Amino acid sequence: MPTIVFISHDQQRHEIQADIGDNLMQLAMDNGVPGIDADCGGSCACGTCHVYVQQNQQSLVAPDDMETSMISMRPDAEDSSRLSCQLAVNADMDGLELLVPEFQM
Amino acid sequence: MNKPANTSNQDIPVGSINLSDPSRFENYTWPETFARVREEDPVHFIEDSPFGPFWSITKFKDIVFVDSNHKLFSSEPFIIIGDPNVPSNNFISMDPPKHDVQRKAVQGVVAPKNLAEFESLIRERTQKVLDGLPLGEPIDWVQHVSKELTSLMLATLFGLPLEEREKLPYWSDMATSSPGVAGNTSVSDDVRQAGLDECLSRFIQLWHETLDKESSFNLISLLQKSDDTKDMINDLEEYLGNILLLIVGGNDTTRNSMTGGVYAMNKFPEQFDKLKANPELIPNMVSEIIRWQTPLAHMRRIATQDVELGGKTIKKGDKVVMWYISGNRDTDVIENADDFIVDRKNARQHLSFGFGVHRCMGNRLAEMQLRILWEEILLRFDKIELLQEPKRVESNFVHGYENMMVKVSAL
Repeated sequence: MPTIVFISHDQQRHEIQADIGDNLMQLAMDNGVPGIDADCGGSCACGTCHVYVQQNQQSLVAPDDMETSMISMRPDAEDSSRLSCQLAVNADMDGLELLVPEFQM
Repeated sequence: MNKPANTSNQDIPVGSINLSDPSRFENYTWPETFARVREEDPVHFIEDSPFGPFWSITKFKDIVFVDSNHKLFSSEPFIIIGDPNVPSNNFISMDPPKHDVQRKAVQGVVAPKNLAEFESLIRERTQKVLDGLPLGEPIDWVQHVSKELTSLMLATLFGLPLEEREKLPYWSDMATSSPGVAGNTSVSDDVRQAGLDECLSRFIQLWHETLDKESSFNLISLLQKSDDTKDMINDLEEYLGNILLLIVGGNDTTRNSMTGGVYAMNKFPEQFDKLKANPELIPNMVSEIIRWQTPLAHMRRIATQDVELGGKTIKKGDKVVMWYISGNRDTDVIENADDFIVDRKNARQHLSFGFGVHRCMGNRLAEMQLRILWEEILLRFDKIELLQEPKRVESNFVHGYENMMVKVSAL
């Protein structure tokens, strides 16, 4: 079982044991990670499950056009920005650290 | 209220119902009519209407699909059901990539770090407005509170001197009040044109005033600093189009949610009691107000190719209207959707901000303004009593209030 680490804005670490295939946004919601709003419920349509991927980016599938568009609409977007609703847990993600931004927009 | 006998449309075939009739919104009969269409014909087509033939999308999930697929459903040339007779050359009526560069130029004004700086200013102003309300006397909440607070905020965002703030809601009304655009018949074409001319000439002047002040940080200075928009003043139609977008976007929406929340508390008084006992529910309640009110009833798109939806075929070139106001009452997604519930679960999952690349840019500012308003209300008032049913706006786009008489009592 890979461990996924969400780091909230107050630097608190939330280490979660995940199953392969789990959706990262849902994982955060189910485990009460603060700062993930998920207004659209996982449709890649709102941008409020934004996270910064701290390392290990090669374990992630590349964002599609829609995700890239939604991220680009955020003033605080960085190269490491992803929408967690678009990412499913895989075996290479063990130890992956995701920083939750101060605000979702 | 003048309620036409057939407004609920129970006596006509569902296929003949014209959801764009602005009187449904003015008379507040829309909930039952939309409920019927959601049940019987959720992807609904009408051939004849004052706005031509159009599709109505009434279910929550179908609206999310249309809104988030900008390649299948274009926002050009306009996002209101009628065809524009005001400058509509603005980024909400553009598809990517042009939309993206214009929006990016200005969205920094509502970036998180700026919101934090706005908080104390908004609170100070809210306290002053609420402290100035006469107790125990009939007052118009729209005029004294909702319009005042939203125009103060918007003047600040534009860098417009505060003493000119009353012009902003007036220009906003002029931009959306037209029979051809959204069914409003209250303003003559001449009056509307004069209002828009006045708006443009003031904003041309403001552009130059802003250039002269190097330290400005506001919507105008952001347009001037971005390579993509720094020459927008040379295209007056595009400049006015974007100014009107930002005025309407920052005005009608928050204003009518400020009024709608007070109205909802009077219709569901036990919810106000619950809120008073649990003020920590305020942020959740703010989302619930925005859902329950749905201050913009719809957005429109044009299909760019044939699309199958709900067993129907929407043809390339067809006009498609997403009724946010209906999706937000869809009981397949939202339990007891007609009820206003301050501690509703998943209150954030509503359609009022839209979805996809055109999602509301000012959503977090709007939520903050509403949160602060209710925090300050709870510190002062025991009751905000509705004295009579409000007068609502005659429009199928702006779902709001012309006035709402209330009486406030101190704690």
